[in-house]
Amino acid sequence: MLTIKEITKIFNEGTVNENIALSNFSLTLEEGDFVTVIGGNGAGKSTLLNCVAGVYGINQGSILIGERDVTKLPEYKRAEVIGRVFQDPMKGTVADMGIEENLALAYRRGKFRGLGWGISNKERQIYKNYLSHLELGLEDRLSDKVGLLSGGQRQALTLLMATLKKPRLLLLDEHTAALDPKTAEKVLKLSDQFVKDGNLTTLMVTHNMRHAIEHGNRLIMMHEGKVILDIKGKEKKDLTVENLLKRFGQASGEEFANDRALLS
Amino acid sequence: MLQILLGAISLGLIWAILTIGVYITFRILDIADMTVEGSIAMGAAIAATSISNGMSPYMATFLALLGGMAAGFVTGFLHTKLKIPALLAGILTMISLYSINLLIMGKANLSLLRMNTVYTPLENLGLSTTNAVMLFAFLSVLIISGIIYWFFGTEIGCAIRATGNNSQMARAQGINTNNMITLGLVISNGLVALCGALIAQSQSFADVQMGIGSIVIGLASVIIGEVIFGKRNFLNCLISLVLGAITYRIIIALVLKMGMPANDLKLFTAITVAIALSLPVFKSYLRPIKRSIKGGDL
Repeated sequence: MLTIKEITKIFNEGTVNENIALSNFSLTLEEGDFVTVIGGNGAGKSTLLNCVAGVYGINQGSILIGERDVTKLPEYKRAEVIGRVFQDPMKGTVADMGIEENLALAYRRGKFRGLGWGISNKERQIYKNYLSHLELGLEDRLSDKVGLLSGGQRQALTLLMATLKKPRLLLLDEHTAALDPKTAEKVLKLSDQFVKDGNLTTLMVTHNMRHAIEHGNRLIMMHEGKVILDIKGKEKKDLTVENLLKRFGQASGEEFANDRALLS
Repeated sequence: MLQILLGAISLGLIWAILTIGVYITFRILDIADMTVEGSIAMGAAIAATSISNGMSPYMATFLALLGGMAAGFVTGFLHTKLKIPALLAGILTMISLYSINLLIMGKANLSLLRMNTVYTPLENLGLSTTNAVMLFAFLSVLIISGIIYWFFGTEIGCAIRATGNNSQMARAQGINTNNMITLGLVISNGLVALCGALIAQSQSFADVQMGIGSIVIGLASVIIGEVIFGKRNFLNCLISLVLGAITYRIIIALVLKMGMPANDLKLFTAITVAIALSLPVFKSYLRPIKRSIKGGDL
Protein backbone atom coordinates (compact mmCIF):
# COMPACT_ATOMS: atom_id res chain seq x y z
CA MET A 1 0.00 0.00 0.00
CA LEU A 2 2.73 2.45 1.02
CA THR A 3 6.20 1.94 -0.37
CA ILE A 4 8.98 4.21 0.82
CA LYS A 5 12.10 3.50 -1.20
CA GLU A 6 15.47 4.64 0.09
CA ILE A 7 14.47 8.19 0.83
CA THR A 8 16.89 10.79 2.16
CA LYS A 9 15.82 14.08 3.68
CA ILE A 10 18.45 16.69 4.51
CA PHE A 11 17.51 20.01 6.10
CA ASN A 12 19.60 23.10 5.31
CA GLU A 13 21.76 21.16 2.90
CA GLY A 14 25.16 22.70 2.33
CA THR A 15 25.06 24.98 5.35
CA VAL A 16 26.58 24.71 8.81
CA ASN A 17 23.14 23.73 10.08
CA GLU A 18 22.95 20.74 7.78
CA ASN A 19 20.86 18.03 9.38
CA ILE A 20 20.29 14.61 7.87
CA ALA A 21 16.85 13.71 9.20
CA LEU A 22 16.33 10.57 7.14
CA SER A 23 19.06 8.64 5.38
CA ASN A 24 18.31 5.86 2.91
CA PHE A 25 15.09 5.13 4.73
CA SER A 26 12.89 2.32 3.41
CA LEU A 27 9.57 1.02 4.67
CA THR A 28 6.73 -0.95 3.12
CA LEU A 29 3.21 -1.10 4.51
CA GLU A 30 0.72 -3.77 3.44
CA GLU A 31 -2.95 -3.00 2.95
CA GLY A 32 -4.60 -2.71 6.38
CA ASP A 33 -1.33 -2.46 8.32
CA PHE A 34 -1.50 -0.32 11.44
CA VAL A 35 2.09 0.64 12.17
CA THR A 36 3.14 2.55 15.26
CA VAL A 37 6.35 4.55 15.02
CA ILE A 38 8.34 5.31 18.15
CA GLY A 39 11.68 6.93 18.83
CA GLY A 40 13.40 9.69 20.74
CA ASN A 41 13.43 13.35 19.88
CA GLY A 42 15.06 14.02 16.54
CA ALA A 43 14.75 10.40 15.43
CA GLY A 44 12.99 11.53 12.27
CA LYS A 45 9.47 10.29 13.04
CA SER A 46 7.62 13.48 12.23
CA THR A 47 9.92 14.18 9.28
CA LEU A 48 8.96 10.79 7.91
CA LEU A 49 5.26 11.56 8.13
CA ASN A 50 5.71 15.02 6.65
CA CYS A 51 7.70 13.57 3.74
CA VAL A 52 4.94 11.05 3.06
CA ALA A 53 2.28 13.76 3.28
CA GLY A 54 4.23 16.04 0.96
CA VAL A 55 4.87 18.85 3.42
CA TYR A 56 8.59 18.46 2.69
CA GLY A 57 10.12 17.46 -0.60
CA ILE A 58 12.77 14.73 -0.33
CA ASN A 59 16.36 14.80 -1.55
CA GLN A 60 16.48 11.23 -2.81
CA GLY A 61 14.36 8.14 -3.21
CA SER A 62 10.70 7.68 -4.02
CA ILE A 63 7.34 7.28 -2.29
CA LEU A 64 4.51 5.18 -3.74
CA ILE A 65 0.96 4.98 -2.50
CA GLY A 66 -0.53 1.85 -4.01
CA GLU A 67 0.97 1.78 -7.51
CA ARG A 68 1.09 5.55 -7.80
CA ASP A 69 4.37 7.42 -7.47
CA VAL A 70 3.59 10.52 -5.41
CA THR A 71 7.18 11.69 -4.89
CA LYS A 72 6.71 14.81 -7.00
CA LEU A 73 3.08 15.56 -6.13
CA PRO A 74 2.37 18.65 -4.01
CA GLU A 75 0.84 18.26 -0.57
CA TYR A 76 -2.70 19.22 -1.61
CA LYS A 77 -2.73 16.61 -4.42
CA ARG A 78 -1.53 13.83 -2.12
CA ALA A 79 -4.33 14.78 0.25
CA GLU A 80 -6.72 13.08 -2.21
CA VAL A 81 -5.58 9.73 -0.78
CA ILE A 82 -4.14 10.69 2.62
CA GLY A 83 -6.01 11.52 5.82
CA ARG A 84 -4.03 13.34 8.50
CA VAL A 85 -4.30 14.24 12.16
CA PHE A 86 -1.71 16.61 13.63
CA GLN A 87 -0.13 16.88 17.06
CA ASP A 88 -1.54 20.37 17.59
CA PRO A 89 -5.34 20.14 17.94
CA MET A 90 -5.59 23.67 16.49
CA LYS A 91 -4.03 22.62 13.19
CA GLY A 92 -6.52 20.08 11.92
CA THR A 93 -9.62 22.24 11.87
CA VAL A 94 -10.68 25.78 10.95
CA ALA A 95 -11.51 27.57 14.20
CA ASP A 96 -13.66 30.28 12.60
CA MET A 97 -15.90 27.86 10.72
CA GLY A 98 -18.70 25.68 12.03
CA ILE A 99 -18.39 21.97 12.83
CA GLU A 100 -20.53 21.12 9.80
CA GLU A 101 -18.52 23.46 7.55
CA ASN A 102 -15.29 21.78 8.62
CA LEU A 103 -16.78 18.37 7.91
CA ALA A 104 -18.02 19.63 4.53
CA LEU A 105 -14.48 20.71 3.65
CA ALA A 106 -13.23 17.24 4.52
CA TYR A 107 -16.12 15.58 2.65
CA ARG A 108 -14.84 17.26 -0.54
CA ARG A 109 -11.25 16.13 -0.13
CA GLY A 110 -10.05 14.96 -3.53
CA LYS A 111 -13.12 16.29 -5.33
CA PHE A 112 -13.40 19.32 -7.59
CA ARG A 113 -14.67 22.33 -5.67
CA GLY A 114 -17.09 24.38 -7.75
CA LEU A 115 -19.86 26.89 -7.25
CA GLY A 116 -22.30 24.45 -5.66
CA TRP A 117 -23.31 25.13 -2.06
CA GLY A 118 -20.51 24.47 0.40
CA ILE A 119 -22.80 22.18 2.37
CA SER A 120 -26.15 20.50 1.65
CA ASN A 121 -28.97 19.43 3.93
CA LYS A 122 -28.46 15.82 2.94
CA GLU A 123 -24.87 16.00 4.17
CA ARG A 124 -25.96 17.44 7.51
CA GLN A 125 -27.83 14.22 8.27
CA ILE A 126 -24.75 12.17 7.39
CA TYR A 127 -22.55 14.32 9.64
CA LYS A 128 -25.02 14.13 12.49
CA ASN A 129 -24.91 10.39 12.29
CA TYR A 130 -21.11 10.22 12.24
CA LEU A 131 -20.75 12.76 15.05
CA SER A 132 -23.08 10.76 17.30
CA HIS A 133 -20.56 7.86 17.08
CA LEU A 134 -17.96 10.09 18.74
CA GLU A 135 -20.22 10.28 21.81
CA LEU A 136 -19.16 13.84 22.56
CA GLY A 137 -22.54 15.46 22.04
CA LEU A 138 -21.27 17.27 18.95
CA GLU A 139 -24.19 16.06 16.85
CA ASP A 140 -26.39 18.72 18.43
CA ARG A 141 -23.87 21.51 17.85
CA LEU A 142 -23.46 21.28 14.07
CA SER A 143 -23.29 25.01 13.46
CA ASP A 144 -21.11 25.86 16.48
CA LYS A 145 -17.72 27.32 15.62
CA VAL A 146 -14.93 24.77 16.08
CA GLY A 147 -12.98 27.37 18.08
CA LEU A 148 -15.44 26.75 20.91
CA LEU A 149 -14.46 23.10 21.25
CA SER A 150 -11.88 21.64 23.62
CA GLY A 151 -8.59 20.17 22.36
CA GLY A 152 -9.88 16.62 22.72
CA GLN A 153 -13.11 17.40 20.89
CA ARG A 154 -11.19 19.09 18.11
CA GLN A 155 -8.85 16.13 17.80
CA ALA A 156 -11.78 13.70 17.64
CA LEU A 157 -13.37 15.88 14.99
CA THR A 158 -10.11 15.99 13.00
CA LEU A 159 -9.96 12.22 13.19
CA LEU A 160 -13.49 11.99 11.82
CA MET A 161 -12.58 14.48 9.07
CA ALA A 162 -9.47 12.49 8.13
CA THR A 163 -11.53 9.35 7.62
CA LEU A 164 -14.81 10.85 6.33
CA LYS A 165 -13.67 10.24 2.75
CA LYS A 166 -11.95 6.89 3.15
CA PRO A 167 -8.22 7.57 2.76
CA ARG A 168 -5.81 5.00 1.33
CA LEU A 169 -3.40 6.04 4.05
CA LEU A 170 -4.01 7.55 7.49
CA LEU A 171 -1.20 9.53 9.12
CA LEU A 172 -1.43 10.21 12.86
CA ASP A 173 1.38 12.49 14.02
CA GLU A 174 1.51 12.26 17.83
CA HIS A 175 -2.14 13.17 17.73
CA THR A 176 -2.69 12.57 21.44
CA ALA A 177 0.50 14.17 22.76
CA ALA A 178 -1.15 17.51 23.52
CA LEU A 179 -4.13 15.97 25.35
CA ASP A 180 -4.60 15.03 29.00
CA PRO A 181 -4.22 11.26 29.64
CA LYS A 182 -7.94 10.55 29.89
CA THR A 183 -8.80 12.39 26.69
CA ALA A 184 -5.78 10.82 24.99
CA GLU A 185 -7.13 7.33 25.81
CA LYS A 186 -10.51 8.25 24.40
CA VAL A 187 -9.06 9.65 21.16
CA LEU A 188 -6.84 6.58 20.82
CA LYS A 189 -9.85 4.33 21.29
CA LEU A 190 -11.64 6.24 18.55
CA SER A 191 -8.57 5.95 16.32
CA ASP A 192 -8.54 2.18 16.80
CA GLN A 193 -12.23 2.03 16.00
CA PHE A 194 -11.94 4.13 12.83
CA VAL A 195 -8.94 2.12 11.61
CA LYS A 196 -10.73 -1.17 12.26
CA ASP A 197 -14.04 -0.11 10.73
CA GLY A 198 -12.40 1.23 7.58
CA ASN A 199 -9.57 -1.34 7.45
CA LEU A 200 -7.30 1.68 7.03
CA THR A 201 -3.59 1.49 6.36
CA THR A 202 -2.20 3.63 9.17
CA LEU A 203 1.06 5.13 10.30
CA MET A 204 0.92 6.44 13.87
CA VAL A 205 3.80 8.33 15.43
CA THR A 206 3.86 8.37 19.22
CA HIS A 207 6.18 9.23 22.08
CA ASN A 208 4.41 6.83 24.34
CA MET A 209 5.84 3.30 24.45
CA ARG A 210 2.73 1.80 25.97
CA HIS A 211 0.56 3.28 23.23
CA ALA A 212 2.99 2.04 20.59
CA ILE A 213 2.79 -1.46 22.04
CA GLU A 214 -0.96 -1.59 22.67
CA HIS A 215 -2.06 -0.30 19.30
CA GLY A 216 -1.51 -1.56 15.78
CA ASN A 217 -0.13 -4.80 14.39
CA ARG A 218 3.43 -3.65 13.79
CA LEU A 219 5.88 -1.42 15.64
CA ILE A 220 8.93 0.28 14.25
CA MET A 221 11.46 2.13 16.32
CA MET A 222 13.48 4.91 14.73
CA HIS A 223 16.85 6.25 15.74
CA GLU A 224 18.86 8.91 13.90
CA GLY A 225 16.81 8.63 10.75
CA LYS A 226 16.87 4.84 10.51
CA VAL A 227 14.65 1.93 11.49
CA ILE A 228 16.43 0.07 14.29
CA LEU A 229 13.60 -2.23 15.34
CA ASP A 230 10.73 -3.70 13.33
CA ILE A 231 8.41 -5.90 15.36
CA LYS A 232 5.27 -7.55 13.99
CA GLY A 233 2.71 -10.25 14.57
CA LYS A 234 2.88 -12.40 17.71
CA GLU A 235 6.18 -10.90 18.77
CA LYS A 236 4.50 -7.50 18.82
CA LYS A 237 1.58 -8.85 20.86
CA ASP A 238 3.89 -10.17 23.56
CA LEU A 239 5.96 -7.02 23.75
CA THR A 240 6.33 -5.15 27.05
CA VAL A 241 7.75 -1.68 27.74
CA GLU A 242 10.72 -3.20 29.59
CA ASN A 243 11.45 -5.58 26.80
CA LEU A 244 11.22 -2.79 24.24
CA LEU A 245 13.65 -0.60 26.22
CA LYS A 246 16.13 -3.43 26.42
CA ARG A 247 15.93 -4.11 22.73
CA PHE A 248 16.36 -0.41 22.00
CA GLY A 249 19.57 -0.43 24.03
CA GLN A 250 20.88 -3.47 22.14
CA ALA A 251 19.97 -2.05 18.75
CA SER A 252 21.26 1.47 19.21
CA GLY A 253 23.97 1.04 21.82
CA GLU A 254 22.41 3.89 23.82
CA GLU A 255 19.96 4.37 26.63
CA PHE A 256 16.51 5.40 25.55
CA ALA A 257 16.71 8.99 26.70
CA ASN A 258 13.24 10.35 26.71
CA ASP A 259 11.47 11.07 29.97
CA ARG A 260 8.17 11.62 28.29
CA ALA A 261 8.19 8.15 26.74
CA LEU A 262 9.35 6.42 29.93
CA LEU A 263 7.06 8.03 32.41
CA SER A 264 3.83 7.55 30.53
CA MET B 1 -25.71 70.15 7.11
CA LEU B 2 -28.15 67.74 5.49
CA GLN B 3 -26.34 68.20 2.19
CA ILE B 4 -23.04 67.29 3.88
CA LEU B 5 -24.60 64.21 5.43
CA LEU B 6 -26.14 63.06 2.16
CA GLY B 7 -22.86 63.64 0.37
CA ALA B 8 -21.05 61.57 3.01
CA ILE B 9 -23.56 58.74 2.70
CA SER B 10 -23.32 58.56 -1.08
CA LEU B 11 -19.52 58.63 -0.95
CA GLY B 12 -19.60 56.03 1.82
CA LEU B 13 -21.77 53.74 -0.29
CA ILE B 14 -19.25 53.83 -3.15
CA TRP B 15 -16.34 53.23 -0.75
CA ALA B 16 -18.27 50.32 0.74
CA ILE B 17 -17.35 48.39 -2.41
CA LEU B 18 -13.65 48.95 -1.67
CA THR B 19 -14.28 48.07 1.97
CA ILE B 20 -15.71 44.69 0.96
CA GLY B 21 -12.61 44.15 -1.19
CA VAL B 22 -10.27 45.04 1.67
CA TYR B 23 -12.26 42.77 4.01
CA ILE B 24 -11.70 39.81 1.66
CA THR B 25 -7.92 40.16 1.80
CA PHE B 26 -7.48 41.54 5.32
CA ARG B 27 -9.96 39.39 7.22
CA ILE B 28 -10.69 36.34 5.08
CA LEU B 29 -7.23 35.77 3.60
CA ASP B 30 -5.35 37.40 6.49
CA ILE B 31 -3.19 39.47 4.13
CA ALA B 32 -2.65 43.24 4.17
CA ASP B 33 -2.86 43.81 0.44
CA MET B 34 -1.19 47.05 -0.68
CA THR B 35 -2.25 46.47 -4.29
CA VAL B 36 -5.44 48.31 -3.35
CA GLU B 37 -3.69 51.70 -3.59
CA GLY B 38 -2.79 51.01 -7.22
CA SER B 39 -5.89 49.17 -8.33
CA ILE B 40 -8.33 51.87 -7.16
CA ALA B 41 -6.48 54.44 -9.29
CA MET B 42 -6.29 51.90 -12.09
CA GLY B 43 -10.06 51.47 -12.04
CA ALA B 44 -10.47 55.25 -12.23
CA ALA B 45 -7.87 55.53 -15.01
CA ILE B 46 -9.41 52.79 -17.14
CA ALA B 47 -12.96 54.11 -16.71
CA ALA B 48 -12.01 57.76 -17.38
CA THR B 49 -9.88 56.96 -20.42
CA SER B 50 -12.50 54.63 -21.90
CA ILE B 51 -15.36 57.08 -21.34
CA SER B 52 -13.46 60.04 -22.76
CA ASN B 53 -12.73 57.89 -25.81
CA GLY B 54 -16.46 57.51 -26.34
CA MET B 55 -17.05 54.10 -24.75
CA SER B 56 -20.30 53.38 -22.92
CA PRO B 57 -19.81 54.13 -19.21
CA TYR B 58 -21.10 50.66 -18.27
CA MET B 59 -18.61 48.96 -20.55
CA ALA B 60 -15.88 51.28 -19.21
CA THR B 61 -16.77 50.37 -15.61
CA PHE B 62 -16.71 46.69 -16.49
CA LEU B 63 -13.27 47.09 -18.08
CA ALA B 64 -12.08 48.75 -14.86
CA LEU B 65 -13.28 45.69 -12.92
CA LEU B 66 -11.29 43.42 -15.22
CA GLY B 67 -8.21 45.65 -14.89
CA GLY B 68 -8.36 45.42 -11.11
CA MET B 69 -8.72 41.64 -11.28
CA ALA B 70 -5.59 41.49 -13.44
CA ALA B 71 -3.71 43.57 -10.86
CA GLY B 72 -4.85 41.18 -8.13
CA PHE B 73 -3.69 38.26 -10.22
CA VAL B 74 -0.20 39.77 -10.57
CA THR B 75 0.08 40.20 -6.78
CA GLY B 76 -1.17 36.64 -6.31
CA PHE B 77 1.39 35.34 -8.80
CA LEU B 78 4.25 37.24 -7.14
CA HIS B 79 3.22 35.97 -3.72
CA THR B 80 2.26 32.35 -4.34
CA LYS B 81 4.45 31.33 -7.29
CA LEU B 82 7.51 33.53 -6.81
CA LYS B 83 7.25 33.30 -2.99
CA ILE B 84 7.56 37.05 -2.38
CA PRO B 85 6.02 38.00 0.99
CA ALA B 86 2.44 39.19 0.53
CA LEU B 87 3.04 42.72 1.77
CA LEU B 88 6.01 43.23 -0.56
CA ALA B 89 4.22 41.61 -3.50
CA GLY B 90 1.38 44.11 -3.03
CA ILE B 91 3.79 47.04 -2.82
CA LEU B 92 5.54 45.94 -6.03
CA THR B 93 2.24 45.76 -7.93
CA MET B 94 1.12 49.06 -6.43
CA ILE B 95 4.29 50.87 -7.56
CA SER B 96 4.18 49.38 -11.04
CA LEU B 97 0.52 50.37 -11.34
CA TYR B 98 1.52 54.00 -10.79
CA SER B 99 3.44 53.92 -14.08
CA ILE B 100 0.81 51.78 -15.78
CA ASN B 101 -1.95 54.20 -14.79
CA LEU B 102 0.05 57.10 -16.26
CA LEU B 103 0.41 55.07 -19.46
CA ILE B 104 -3.34 54.37 -19.53
CA MET B 105 -4.34 58.01 -19.06
CA GLY B 106 -1.39 59.56 -20.88
CA LYS B 107 -1.24 62.27 -18.21
CA ALA B 108 -1.58 62.64 -14.45
CA ASN B 109 -5.30 63.43 -14.43
CA LEU B 110 -8.26 63.29 -16.74
CA SER B 111 -11.51 65.25 -16.54
CA LEU B 112 -14.91 63.70 -17.18
CA LEU B 113 -16.89 66.94 -17.06
CA ARG B 114 -20.00 67.01 -19.26
CA MET B 115 -19.51 63.41 -20.26
CA ASN B 116 -21.98 60.59 -19.82
CA THR B 117 -21.36 58.46 -16.74
CA VAL B 118 -23.16 55.51 -15.18
CA TYR B 119 -25.11 58.07 -13.13
CA THR B 120 -26.39 60.07 -16.15
CA PRO B 121 -29.55 58.00 -16.81
CA LEU B 122 -30.65 58.50 -13.18
CA GLU B 123 -29.92 62.23 -13.37
CA ASN B 124 -32.01 62.35 -16.55
CA LEU B 125 -34.91 61.00 -14.47
CA GLY B 126 -34.72 64.20 -12.46
CA LEU B 127 -32.53 63.17 -9.53
CA SER B 128 -29.83 65.51 -8.25
CA THR B 129 -26.26 64.32 -8.80
CA THR B 130 -25.82 63.37 -5.14
CA ASN B 131 -29.06 61.39 -5.12
CA ALA B 132 -28.25 59.70 -8.42
CA VAL B 133 -24.86 58.61 -7.08
CA MET B 134 -26.45 57.47 -3.84
CA LEU B 135 -29.11 55.39 -5.59
CA PHE B 136 -26.68 53.84 -8.07
CA ALA B 137 -24.10 53.08 -5.37
CA PHE B 138 -26.78 51.63 -3.09
CA LEU B 139 -28.01 49.26 -5.80
CA SER B 140 -24.42 48.29 -6.68
CA VAL B 141 -23.56 47.57 -3.06
CA LEU B 142 -26.74 45.52 -2.68
CA ILE B 143 -25.97 43.38 -5.73
CA ILE B 144 -22.26 43.00 -4.87
CA SER B 145 -23.00 42.05 -1.25
CA GLY B 146 -25.50 39.48 -2.50
CA ILE B 147 -22.98 37.94 -4.87
CA ILE B 148 -20.21 37.94 -2.26
CA TYR B 149 -22.53 36.38 0.34
CA TRP B 150 -23.48 33.64 -2.09
CA PHE B 151 -19.90 33.09 -3.30
CA PHE B 152 -18.38 32.57 0.15
CA GLY B 153 -21.03 29.97 0.87
CA THR B 154 -20.06 27.86 -2.15
CA GLU B 155 -17.54 25.04 -2.11
CA ILE B 156 -14.82 27.21 -3.58
CA GLY B 157 -15.72 30.14 -1.30
CA CYS B 158 -15.46 27.85 1.75
CA ALA B 159 -12.08 26.68 0.46
CA ILE B 160 -10.87 30.31 0.34
CA ARG B 161 -12.08 30.91 3.91
CA ALA B 162 -10.36 27.76 5.12
CA THR B 163 -7.13 28.81 3.38
CA GLY B 164 -7.10 32.18 5.12
CA ASN B 165 -7.86 30.70 8.51
CA ASN B 166 -5.67 27.58 8.51
CA SER B 167 -3.69 26.95 5.35
CA GLN B 168 -2.12 23.75 6.66
CA MET B 169 -5.54 22.22 7.29
CA ALA B 170 -6.70 23.45 3.89
CA ARG B 171 -3.86 21.66 2.13
CA ALA B 172 -4.47 18.52 4.17
CA GLN B 173 -8.05 18.61 2.85
CA GLY B 174 -6.81 18.78 -0.73
CA ILE B 175 -7.25 22.51 -1.26
CA ASN B 176 -4.78 24.23 -3.59
CA THR B 177 -4.07 27.10 -1.21
CA ASN B 178 -1.94 29.04 -3.74
CA ASN B 179 -4.82 29.21 -6.19
CA MET B 180 -7.27 30.18 -3.44
CA ILE B 181 -5.07 33.08 -2.28
CA THR B 182 -4.71 34.29 -5.87
CA LEU B 183 -8.45 34.00 -6.47
CA GLY B 184 -9.16 36.01 -3.31
CA LEU B 185 -6.76 38.75 -4.44
CA VAL B 186 -8.36 38.78 -7.91
CA ILE B 187 -11.87 39.25 -6.51
CA SER B 188 -10.74 41.82 -3.97
CA ASN B 189 -8.87 44.02 -6.44
CA GLY B 190 -11.65 43.71 -9.00
CA LEU B 191 -14.02 45.25 -6.44
CA VAL B 192 -11.48 47.93 -5.52
CA ALA B 193 -11.02 48.95 -9.18
CA LEU B 194 -14.80 48.98 -9.64
CA CYS B 195 -14.96 51.35 -6.68
CA GLY B 196 -12.28 53.51 -8.32
CA ALA B 197 -14.27 53.67 -11.56
CA LEU B 198 -17.42 54.75 -9.71
CA ILE B 199 -15.51 57.39 -7.70
CA ALA B 200 -13.94 58.86 -10.85
CA GLN B 201 -17.35 59.14 -12.47
CA SER B 202 -18.98 60.69 -9.41
CA GLN B 203 -16.26 63.33 -8.95
CA SER B 204 -15.85 63.78 -12.75
CA PHE B 205 -12.12 63.22 -12.84
CA ALA B 206 -9.48 60.56 -12.42
CA ASP B 207 -6.15 61.25 -10.81
CA VAL B 208 -3.11 59.01 -10.72
CA GLN B 209 -2.58 60.01 -7.05
CA MET B 210 -6.07 59.15 -5.87
CA GLY B 211 -5.11 55.79 -4.43
CA ILE B 212 -2.84 57.15 -1.71
CA GLY B 213 -4.16 56.14 1.68
CA SER B 214 -7.05 54.11 0.29
CA ILE B 215 -5.92 50.91 2.04
CA VAL B 216 -5.99 52.75 5.36
CA ILE B 217 -9.46 54.14 4.64
CA GLY B 218 -10.57 50.59 3.78
CA LEU B 219 -9.12 49.21 7.03
CA ALA B 220 -10.66 52.04 9.05
CA SER B 221 -14.06 51.27 7.53
CA VAL B 222 -13.70 47.53 8.21
CA ILE B 223 -12.74 48.12 11.84
CA ILE B 224 -15.34 50.82 12.52
CA GLY B 225 -17.99 48.55 11.00
CA GLU B 226 -16.97 45.53 13.07
CA VAL B 227 -16.70 47.45 16.33
CA ILE B 228 -19.96 49.40 16.05
CA PHE B 229 -22.18 47.06 14.06
CA GLY B 230 -20.86 43.62 15.05
CA LYS B 231 -19.56 40.53 13.25
CA ARG B 232 -21.79 37.72 14.45
CA ASN B 233 -22.04 36.00 11.09
CA PHE B 234 -21.08 36.68 7.50
CA LEU B 235 -24.29 38.53 6.64
CA ASN B 236 -23.87 40.70 9.71
CA CYS B 237 -20.25 41.32 8.65
CA LEU B 238 -21.24 42.48 5.17
CA ILE B 239 -23.84 44.88 6.55
CA SER B 240 -21.27 46.14 9.08
CA LEU B 241 -18.77 46.79 6.29
CA VAL B 242 -21.23 48.97 4.37
CA LEU B 243 -22.32 50.84 7.48
CA GLY B 244 -18.68 51.16 8.56
CA ALA B 245 -17.71 52.77 5.25
CA ILE B 246 -20.62 55.23 5.57
CA THR B 247 -19.81 55.97 9.22
CA TYR B 248 -16.19 56.68 8.30
CA ARG B 249 -17.32 59.20 5.69
CA ILE B 250 -19.72 60.86 8.13
CA ILE B 251 -16.96 61.14 10.76
CA ILE B 252 -14.62 62.69 8.20
CA ALA B 253 -17.33 65.09 7.02
CA LEU B 254 -18.00 66.13 10.63
CA VAL B 255 -14.37 66.71 11.61
CA LEU B 256 -13.87 68.76 8.43
CA LYS B 257 -16.99 70.74 9.26
CA MET B 258 -15.62 71.32 12.75
CA GLY B 259 -12.62 73.01 11.17
CA MET B 260 -9.90 70.37 10.85
CA PRO B 261 -7.65 71.25 7.88
CA ALA B 262 -8.15 68.79 4.99
CA ASN B 263 -4.39 68.24 4.87
CA ASP B 264 -4.52 66.56 8.29
CA LEU B 265 -7.08 63.98 7.15
CA LYS B 266 -4.66 61.17 6.36
CA LEU B 267 -2.88 61.61 9.70
CA PHE B 268 -6.24 61.52 11.45
CA THR B 269 -7.27 58.33 9.62
CA ALA B 270 -3.94 56.62 10.26
CA ILE B 271 -4.12 57.39 13.99
CA THR B 272 -7.69 56.11 14.14
CA VAL B 273 -6.67 52.82 12.50
CA ALA B 274 -3.57 52.47 14.69
CA ILE B 275 -5.67 52.90 17.82
CA ALA B 276 -8.35 50.51 16.62
CA LEU B 277 -5.81 47.82 15.66
CA SER B 278 -4.01 48.13 18.99
CA LEU B 279 -7.19 47.81 21.05
CA PRO B 280 -6.49 44.12 21.89
CA VAL B 281 -3.12 45.14 23.40
CA PHE B 282 -4.73 47.84 25.53
CA LYS B 283 -7.41 45.39 26.60
CA SER B 284 -4.82 42.88 27.77
CA TYR B 285 -3.13 45.62 29.82
CA LEU B 286 -6.45 46.55 31.33
CA ARG B 287 -7.53 43.02 32.15
CA PRO B 288 -5.30 42.48 35.22
CA ILE B 289 -6.42 45.86 36.55
CA LYS B 290 -10.04 44.92 36.04
CA ARG B 291 -9.45 41.61 37.79
CA SER B 292 -7.81 43.24 40.77
CA ILE B 293 -10.71 45.68 41.04
CA LYS B 294 -13.26 42.89 40.93
CA GLY B 295 -11.10 40.86 43.29
CA GLY B 296 -12.06 37.57 41.65
CA ASP B 297 -11.24 35.39 38.74
CA LEU B 298 -12.88 36.07 35.43
